[in-house]
Amino acid sequence: MQYIPITYVDVATAAVLVMLNAALSFALQLGIDRQILVSALRTVVQLTLVGLVLKTLFALASPWLTLLAVTVMILAASTEVASRQDQRFKRWWNFSLGAGAITLATVLVTLFTLTTHIRPSPWYDPRYSIPLVGIVLGNTMNAVSLGLNGMLTAAMRERAAIEARLALGADRFAALKPFMRRSLRAGLIPIVNQMSAAGLITLPGMMTGQILAGMDPTDAVKYQILILFLLAGGAGIGVFAAVYASAWRLTDERHRLRLDRLRPAETAGRRRG
Amino acid sequence: MHVLTIEGLRRPGLGPFDLALAPGQCTVLMGPSGAGKSLFLRMIADLDPNDGAVRLGDQRRERMAAPDWRRLVTYVAAESGWWADIVGDHFARSAPVAPYLPRVHLPADALEWPVSRLSTGERQRLALLRAIAQQPAALLLDEPTSALDPEAAAGVEGILRELRAQGIVLLVVSHDPAQARRLADRMLYLEGGRLTVDAAAADGAAAATAAR
Repeated sequence: MQYIPITYVDVATAAVLVMLNAALSFALQLGIDRQILVSALRTVVQLTLVGLVLKTLFALASPWLTLLAVTVMILAASTEVASRQDQRFKRWWNFSLGAGAITLATVLVTLFTLTTHIRPSPWYDPRYSIPLVGIVLGNTMNAVSLGLNGMLTAAMRERAAIEARLALGADRFAALKPFMRRSLRAGLIPIVNQMSAAGLITLPGMMTGQILAGMDPTDAVKYQILILFLLAGGAGIGVFAAVYASAWRLTDERHRLRLDRLRPAETAGRRRG
Repeated sequence: MHVLTIEGLRRPGLGPFDLALAPGQCTVLMGPSGAGKSLFLRMIADLDPNDGAVRLGDQRRERMAAPDWRRLVTYVAAESGWWADIVGDHFARSAPVAPYLPRVHLPADALEWPVSRLSTGERQRLALLRAIAQQPAALLLDEPTSALDPEAAAGVEGILRELRAQGIVLLVVSHDPAQARRLADRMLYLEGGRLTVDAAAADGAAAATAAR
């Protein structure tokens, strides 16, 4: 496998393109020249740091440091999901429900592929496990977020419909069924679109990267297909866990809708405003 | 035909309530807005967390799965809820609902209507029929005629009288003293978290509500 290394000078000349954007913003008074420069700078700083961290992790190849890195990544994704919701569960439920779904899906899918397909030695080799967790995590996070949001919004908006069904003697999962279905679909549609568009409308980033890195395109394609299937698995397990767990938490063992377990709406509103 | 017995039913700020509702009797519950009339009905149906015991005859609520209890003792909210697009999809296929439709001034094809086409009053009548069609032993009705014109309200009251004759336990929240006089075998008044059963007090309260 042969790749053409690029130098820091190459990176610096590419920055001319960002300067062009900033100049455009300045000339047309778009008012985002500062943001453009700051975001470009953040890209440089953040990715450089990540590069250093990964280099160290790969060199040490310690199972504990790998586990620590994976834990930090999952916690960051869970925080992101928890802060994205319009409606939230009270107290630590808001965080832990999303975190549970994300962890379950990411760990299962990553372990599956590490032990079945890629099989590095040792099996937790950070060079493979960390990028895999990263790519599965990002996708699972979106699916879990969409699923949770669908359920909590439905519980607030469709309260009359859900309670009418409960009052007529439906059990809690029957009463929530239409909203669970809708939330599951919402969580799964992005990965379905991604798989449909792959190669036609978009060249997936990872595949492009491997081709640039000198990999044979048919091998890069195999890798990309594997990754898309992993993402589908992560999204499916994640959204399923999130939707069922939130349906369970939104109701109790006497099949009552428990909106008192959500934070009052005005709190959420204030946070948004 | 069973008595609905309520013992020590309470939640923070409301109750405890002790009450026995006889089959074939219509009890009308009145009281100022926000007194907790709807909450009281919801507690009996076990739709909100509550303490205390409720039983229908010798069937104890606490010993039954909540959905089974609610099929026996069915609450109909003032604001109806709909979960499918077509009215008929909210009814069991074999539900005996067709004979009731003309009596509440709805045409025979109302079950084929999309829910989005229904007026508030139509929704209210259909939500009541939806509960009746399951043939519960007790009905807890929260302002069942609040959105109806007098004609449609009279139709609903006629059906309620018929259910009463069949031996169903009826507990109806109403803001209309005239309706209460027409329907009630017994009047209850809820204020300050307490029930007053005294008929004279209930009459006075009804007059006060009317004056408001």
